[in-house]
Amino acid sequence: MIADYETLKLIWWVLVGGLLIGFAITDGFDMGVGALLPFLGRSDSERRVMINSVGPHWEGNQVWFITAGGALFAAWPLVYASAFSGLYTALVITLLALFLRPVGFDYRSKMDSTRWRSNWDWALFAGSVVPPIIFGVAFGNLFLGLPFAFDEFLRPRYEGGLFGLLTPFPLLCGVLSLTMLVMHGSVWLSLKTEGALRQRSGRVTVLTAALTAMLFGIGGLWIVLGIDGYAVLAMPDPNGVINPLAKSVRMVEGGWLQNFAHMPALVTVPLLGLVLPFVTALLVVKRHEGLAFITSSVAVASIIATAGIGLFPFVMPSSLNPDHSLTVWDATSSALTLNIMLMVACVFVPLVLGYTVWSYARMWGRISTDHIEQHSHSLY
Amino acid sequence: MIDADLVEVSRLQFALTALFHFIFVPLTLGLSFLLAIMESAYVLTQKIIYRDMTKFWGKLFGINFALGVTTGITLEFQFGTNWAYYSHYVGDIFGVPLAIEGLMAFFLESTLIGLFFFGWERLSQRQHLAVTWLVALGSNLSALWILIANGWMQNPVGAEFNYQTMRMEMTSFSELFFNPVAQVKFVHTVASGYVTGAMFVLGVSSYYLLRHRDVPFARRSFAIAASFGTASILSVIVLGDESGYHLGDVQQVKLAAIEAEWETHPAPAAFTLIGWPDDAQQKTHFAIKIPYVLGIIATRSFDEPVLGIADLKKINEQRIREGMVAYGLLQQLRNGDESEQTRAAFEQVKAHLGYGLLLKKTNPDVVDASEAQIQAAVDRTIPKVWPLFWSFRVMVGAGIFMLGVFVLAFWQSTQHRTAEKKWLLRVAMYSIPLPWIAAECGWIVAEYGRQPWTIGGILPTDLSVSNLSAGDVWSSLIAIVLFYSALFIIEMYLMIHFVRKGPSSLGTGRYHFEQATVTTGAHA
Repeated sequence: MIADYETLKLIWWVLVGGLLIGFAITDGFDMGVGALLPFLGRSDSERRVMINSVGPHWEGNQVWFITAGGALFAAWPLVYASAFSGLYTALVITLLALFLRPVGFDYRSKMDSTRWRSNWDWALFAGSVVPPIIFGVAFGNLFLGLPFAFDEFLRPRYEGGLFGLLTPFPLLCGVLSLTMLVMHGSVWLSLKTEGALRQRSGRVTVLTAALTAMLFGIGGLWIVLGIDGYAVLAMPDPNGVINPLAKSVRMVEGGWLQNFAHMPALVTVPLLGLVLPFVTALLVVKRHEGLAFITSSVAVASIIATAGIGLFPFVMPSSLNPDHSLTVWDATSSALTLNIMLMVACVFVPLVLGYTVWSYARMWGRISTDHIEQHSHSLY
Repeated sequence: MIDADLVEVSRLQFALTALFHFIFVPLTLGLSFLLAIMESAYVLTQKIIYRDMTKFWGKLFGINFALGVTTGITLEFQFGTNWAYYSHYVGDIFGVPLAIEGLMAFFLESTLIGLFFFGWERLSQRQHLAVTWLVALGSNLSALWILIANGWMQNPVGAEFNYQTMRMEMTSFSELFFNPVAQVKFVHTVASGYVTGAMFVLGVSSYYLLRHRDVPFARRSFAIAASFGTASILSVIVLGDESGYHLGDVQQVKLAAIEAEWETHPAPAAFTLIGWPDDAQQKTHFAIKIPYVLGIIATRSFDEPVLGIADLKKINEQRIREGMVAYGLLQQLRNGDESEQTRAAFEQVKAHLGYGLLLKKTNPDVVDASEAQIQAAVDRTIPKVWPLFWSFRVMVGAGIFMLGVFVLAFWQSTQHRTAEKKWLLRVAMYSIPLPWIAAECGWIVAEYGRQPWTIGGILPTDLSVSNLSAGDVWSSLIAIVLFYSALFIIEMYLMIHFVRKGPSSLGTGRYHFEQATVTTGAHA
C-alpha cells in the first residue's frame, strides 16, 4: 500500500480533477478552434490552416476525456453510475456531437467538393460547441444538487429529465464553459497561424477573455448571494468501509464558500481565474502568444479547480436526499483498487506527458496557407 | 421490478453498438502491424515504393480508424449510461482495466497517430518508423486491456462480494490480469484482427492485379499480406479460444450450447460437425459427429468429460437453491444483523448469490420463490442453443476457407507467380468480407452465449440496467442507429473512392491514373 485509505481517496480526487483539467486544456483548445472554424476561416485554405493547427493533436487530446471516463469508472464507480445514467439524455446528445469530430477531421479534406467540406465544417462546429456547453451545464447543476438517491441495494434512481437541468445558473456555467474554451482555442490559433488569421484570432481572444472573466465573476457572485450549499454534519470514519448512505448532510447558506473561509489561501485560485484571462488578452495583443497559451491554460485550470474546491468534499450532491450525496470519502472504490490504480498512474502519467510534449515539440511552428496548398494530399 | 422491455432494448443497443464498433477495430489491429512491416521494409531497403505503400494503406487505415474511435466512445459511455447497476456492482474491478487501457494504450496510439500522418517531414526515418511501431503496439495493448475486462465478464476471478458496500471488490490484480480466459481471448482476437488486415490488403491488391494497375505496388502488398495472413490465420485456428471454455461456470454452459451437447457423453466427447439443434425438444437432428474431437479441443485431455446441458442444469438448480439462502442472509446483514453467526453463514453460500439474484426477474423477494419460478430460472441459465451453434459454425467455416486462401496466396507469391492465377485473385477479392463475418459471429458466440449474465454467475443481465424508461433507450438507440448508418455510408463511400484511385491518390505522380495519358499514348 502506498498510502492509507483516506489519503488515497484524497489523491484520487486530485487525479480525477487533474484528468478533467487535462481534458479541458488539451481537448479544450481544439474544441475552441472547431467552434471558431466556420467564422474565422474565410477561405478553404484558411479553414484548412485552422484544422491542421490541431490536426496532429486532437486525437491524443481526446484521450484525456476517455481516460477521465475510465478513471471515474474505476475510482468512483458510484459517481460514474449515477451521473451517467441520471444525465442520460444530456450524455447521449454529447455522444452524438462527439461522433462528428473524428470523422469531421479525417474526412473533410479528402474530397474536393465545396459542399462536402462546408458540411463537415459545420459538423466540426457542432461537435466542438455542444460538449463544452453540456459539460458546463452539468457542472453548474452540481452546485444545485442533482435529483438522485439510492435504494437499500445501492441502485441509483434519478427523478428528473433533460429540461430540469436547464435552469439559469447552470446555463450561465454552460456559456462560461464555451467562452472559456473559445478563448483558449483562439490563443492556440494565434500561436499556430500567421497573417490575417493570427490577427483575427487575437481579436477573438480579447473579446472572449473579457467575457470569460465576466461570466466567471457573475457565477461567483451568484453562488455567494443566491445559492445555498451543502454541508456534512456527520460522517463515518473515512478510513473504514465506505457507505454512502450513512452520513448526514444539510443545506446551509454559503455552504459552497466554507472551504475558502477555512483556508483563505485557496482564494488565489478563483482570483487567478478572474485575472489570468485579462493577462492572456494582453499577452496576445503584445504578441507573446506562447506565454499567453500558458496563462490561458492556467486560467482554464483555475476556473475548473474553483468549482472543485467549492464543492469539496462533495462530488455529486443529491437534492432528492442530501444524505445520499456522493463525496470524496464515500463514493470511491476499495483501498486495493485505488492503490493499484495509483501505482499505474505513477508510472504512466509521466510517460504520457513525456511523449505528448515530444509530439507537440515535433510539430511546433506556424502553419501557412502556402504550406497547405503545397501538401494538399497529405494534410487534413 | 425491472421493466423487461428496458432490459431488452438496452441489450439491443449494446449489441448493435458493440458489433458496429467491431467492424473497425479488427482492421485497425491488423493494418497497424502491416503498416509497421511495410515501413520497416522502406527503412531497410530505402525503396520509395515501400514508403508509398505505407502512406497509401495508411490513408485507408485513417478512414477506418476515425470510425473506430468514434464508435469506441459509445461503448465506454454506455456502461454508465445504460448499465448503471452493473457499473456500481463491478466498477471496483471492471473499471480498472478500462482506466489502464486509456492510460497505457489509447494515449500512446492516439498521440502518436498524429505524428504518423503529419510527421513524415518532421521526423527522421527511424523516428517515424518507431512511431508507426508504437501505434501498432498501442492498438494491441488497447485490445489487451479491453479483453481483460471482457474476459472477467466471462470468468470473474480475483474478486469477492462485499455485503457492506454491496459490490464485487478486487482481491487480486494478478488474477485479473492472468485470467486464462482473458489471455486466450486476447490472442484469438488480435490474431483475428491481423487476419482482417491481411485479407483487406490481399483482396484490394488482387483487385489492382486483376486490372493490371500499379502491378509492382500491388504485388509487394500482396506478398506481405499473404505471409502475414498465413501466420495469423494459423494462430487464430490453433489458438482458438475454445481452449478457455472448460474454465468457469458460464464458459461451460456456452461450450455445451455451441456444441448442442444436450447430455454428458463419456470422455473424450464427439464433435458435432453439423446438424439441426432443436431447443424445444433438447436434441440435435441429423447430427454428423466426429469422435473424440470436442473432448480434445475443449479440455485438452482424453479423460475429462464435457458436461452436457442436462447435467449443467442440475448443477445450476442446486446453486439457485443455495443462492436463495445467500440472498436471505444478505437481507439480514443489510438490515443490521451483522452477528458473527450470520456473517459466517453468508460466507458459506455467498458464491451462489448471483444464482439467487436470477430469481429477481420473477420474484423480487427471492427467498420465497415457488418451485415453478425456480425451474423457470434454471431454464434461463442456458442460452438458446441454435444462435450459438450456427454462429460458431459460420465463424469456423469462414476461418478454414480463409486458411485455404492465404496458403494458396502465400504459395503463389513465393513462386513469384502472384499475377498468374486469375481465379485466386478473384477469390481473394471476394473473400474481403469473410474476416468480418467471422469476427462478428465470434462475438455473438462469446456474448450471447454469456446470457443470462453480464458477469458470469455473479450478476444477471436484467439487474444490471440503469433506472431508465424503455422509451429513453429507444430514443437513444434510434438516434445512434441513424448517426451510425450515415457515418457508415460516408465511410464506405470514401473507402471505395480511395481503393479505386489506389496509390495515385498520394499525388506523387508515380502511379497509374497520374500517368494514364502517357501510357495510352505509348500504346497508341
